[in-house]
Amino acid sequence: MSKFSIFIIPFCIGVLFLLVISVWKYWRWIKGFDKLQRAIIRKNIFTWRFLPAIWEAFREGLLHWRITKKNLLLGYMHRSLAFGWFLLIVVGAVQASLGYPDGHPLWIAIFYNYFEIEASPVDFRHAVFFANLMDGLLLYVLSGLFLAMFKKVWSRPLGMKRTTRHTLTDRVAKLSLWCIFPFRLLSEAVTSAIHGNGGFLVKWLGGVFESIGLADPALEYTCWMLYSIALGTFFCIMPFSRYMHIFTEVFLIYFRQLGVHDSDKKTGYTMFELSACSRCGICIDGCPLNRQLAITNVQGVYMLQSIRNLELQRNAEPIAENCLMCDRCVADCPVNLDLSIIRRQVRIKNKVAIDNKGGYEYLRNIHPFNSIGRVAYFGGCMSHLTPGITRSMEAIFNAVGQKYWFMDKDETICCGRPLLQQGFEHQAFELRRKNTEMIVNSKATMLITSCPICYQSFKKEYKLSIPVMHHTEYINMLISNGQLKLRKDDRKVTYHDPCELGRGCGIYDEPRNVLSATTTLLKTKEEREKSLCCGFNLGNPLLDIEQQTKIRDAARDNLLAPNPDTIVTACPMCKKAFTRAEDIPVKDIAEIVAGNIINP
Amino acid sequence: MKSISIIGAGPSGIEAASVLARLGYTVTLFEKSSSPLKNIADKAFLFPNFAAAGDIVELMNKKLLNSNIVQRLDTDIVGLVREGDSGWKLTDAKGASYYSDLVLLATGYTPFDAHRKEELGYGIYEGVVTSLEMEKMIRYDNIVTSLGEKPRRVVFLQCVGSRDEKSGNHYCSKLCCVTAVKQAIELKKQVPDAEAYIFYMDLRMWGQHFEELYRQSQQDYGVRYIRGRISEASGTFDGRVQIKAEDTLMGLPLKMTTDLLVLMVGMEASEGTRCLAKAAGICGDYGFAQSVDPHINDCCTLHDGLFVCGSCKRPMTINDVINDGRAAAVAIASRQ
Repeated sequence: MSKFSIFIIPFCIGVLFLLVISVWKYWRWIKGFDKLQRAIIRKNIFTWRFLPAIWEAFREGLLHWRITKKNLLLGYMHRSLAFGWFLLIVVGAVQASLGYPDGHPLWIAIFYNYFEIEASPVDFRHAVFFANLMDGLLLYVLSGLFLAMFKKVWSRPLGMKRTTRHTLTDRVAKLSLWCIFPFRLLSEAVTSAIHGNGGFLVKWLGGVFESIGLADPALEYTCWMLYSIALGTFFCIMPFSRYMHIFTEVFLIYFRQLGVHDSDKKTGYTMFELSACSRCGICIDGCPLNRQLAITNVQGVYMLQSIRNLELQRNAEPIAENCLMCDRCVADCPVNLDLSIIRRQVRIKNKVAIDNKGGYEYLRNIHPFNSIGRVAYFGGCMSHLTPGITRSMEAIFNAVGQKYWFMDKDETICCGRPLLQQGFEHQAFELRRKNTEMIVNSKATMLITSCPICYQSFKKEYKLSIPVMHHTEYINMLISNGQLKLRKDDRKVTYHDPCELGRGCGIYDEPRNVLSATTTLLKTKEEREKSLCCGFNLGNPLLDIEQQTKIRDAARDNLLAPNPDTIVTACPMCKKAFTRAEDIPVKDIAEIVAGNIINP
Repeated sequence: MKSISIIGAGPSGIEAASVLARLGYTVTLFEKSSSPLKNIADKAFLFPNFAAAGDIVELMNKKLLNSNIVQRLDTDIVGLVREGDSGWKLTDAKGASYYSDLVLLATGYTPFDAHRKEELGYGIYEGVVTSLEMEKMIRYDNIVTSLGEKPRRVVFLQCVGSRDEKSGNHYCSKLCCVTAVKQAIELKKQVPDAEAYIFYMDLRMWGQHFEELYRQSQQDYGVRYIRGRISEASGTFDGRVQIKAEDTLMGLPLKMTTDLLVLMVGMEASEGTRCLAKAAGICGDYGFAQSVDPHINDCCTLHDGLFVCGSCKRPMTINDVINDGRAAAVAIASRQ
């Protein structure tokens, strides 16, 4: 009648080790939060924000809702492993506390069927029900495990064309994880073969084992030992493997719900994000560099891996720099990691040495215009290369009688974002400071921009007190409040979602409303969050023009598939990219609108 | 005698037709527009000797007055397939078919569509014109700004749509350099008070007298040259054009306001060239047609009985294409 057996030792060592390492790691990372992040935590920690955090942690950490939305089978696989195992632990603990009302050591719940014989629990009600429930749960986990093995051979039915190439540590961790549940079933079945306990599954398998003469106590002991070793190995290796995401994601969700976000430097919060990546590889399939250029070693999963392994310092360029920053992976990521911001952190770090601090004297000669009662219009550098857009915006302002100040008409300053995306933090800061000063001193009531890059910058990187609108939002507003009257023509158009406007700022409906009011808008196969990058994004300094063209052509084919008369976009960069292809007229939304005004 | 079809009634096609007709062949000359020599109809003077383009048109038209030449105007040939062992079948856009033993492709070029370089403001600002429009203004002695006044300053920009990775044309169009020099001189002759600037990457004065013309333009006419490309053009409130560029010899950015910005547009394969080269399977680079080799078999193609001449092969000047038409005629007549 012992509640102890030698084979629990590997398990116990594993649990202790995991506990110590995790606490040490998390403590270090929390200490690494920057001032702003700490202030946010302090401000929000005693609020109700933990409630949505619990719900999200349950939904994403256990049910894997976002993955399920991507592919049912893939979602089932992750859910059965995570939620199934979680229930095995919880139900096992309930079972043990019912069986041993006077208390019991931790491992009893884990090796319950063994100690059911050795340490005779009380005969509680529903004991049979629990035994069957535990078997059902084990079967549930095993079905997920089976899918995981199937995915290793053929991942397409689970919605993945490519899967991640894992490191050795990750592969060992996975092997030990994969061993846990079959070993558990084996051990319980052998115990059942000898003693006849267990639920429907274990009893049935035990019967089979008994009939072929496997009812051997030595074998039973070995099986339980192997099960314990598999658990112990997994727990020991877990803090250094991708499975660290299991706990880390919960913390990340909590911090995120408190309002913490990433900054331009690597902080403790970044460390949480790095470890919350489960290396599922969902970011690989959507990436245009993978799809069109077969570059498969730079995606989010590999970038995070190399930062974690500190490889990036030695091998900085290719991984961090070779990215369009189109945010497609950010939209696909089931953990909602800020992959672009993390990438930018690395770029900023890489550029510190060459970040030139001088050369901003010219900014002194640029002055704001007194714009009380006017809106400020910022075309952006790229819109100056597509004067059709700025012209149309001026026509729209005039049609509704809106007084405006075209703030970068002659003395163009960049918004700073292209520099920041390349990692030139200081330069971007100087430009932001000048632009902010100009906008504040002009006393303009609103800022409207034609370029989604500038829009995202003004919206997220500047701290302006006036509203910032992209021209699609502004035009949509004019239409809905009746100021702008438009004629509907018989053109059929497809709309290209610019990365910076769509995935970057979530502006999907406004351009569609405007286009539906003026033309017939056709649907394309990959739009909104799934929209394809035009390839000429300023994010990637390494691609040559042929490679960019390949990416552009894929996006163009998607837009041409429904046979439109015109391709419409809302970004000067995208417009230039598609114009170069010369098959079909390419227009900005502002040009379409300016051509269809019927205001008196 | 074999029957011969020539597609395209430009200087090259006409020269080939007239040589073959004089040699006794019967030639059918197809032209998609309503009159021959469309591309040089509005040209003023030809470099390097300032020969009046009208005279050339007249001389070329005279060459067509030969009873062995049958002209089929308004006939847009869109299909070209081999028919039997030794003949070709041509189909026009209306669906009519023509049969011929030998075919000479002389479908020529089309000027680069300057709308594709939106940053230069063509089609957006009225002060921005192409070199073809400038040539027309010169021809009718009517160089005026968008407001109908004599210009005080004209800026020429080289390499619009040629040697330009972004527009997809990596090649040099060969004749724009000297055309800008020529047009600047003509501008100074017609509007002596106007300033003329030419923005260039490097000036390719490759032909006879070109270099002299270039020197003359500076010494006698005061044309100014700035090495650098124009990055963007924008309109001013008074209908002029402001350009931003970089003077790469001084290493300085510059801004300049001008009455006219003339875009020296390059040459691209014409629609007919693209379509027929594809139909016959003789596509070369950038949609141009390809000859067997550029040295000794430049008028022959991979197919027996199909010949190419003129600017459907690559950018060429008018004297180039006339010579090439003659060469094609000889290649056809001396065919074994």
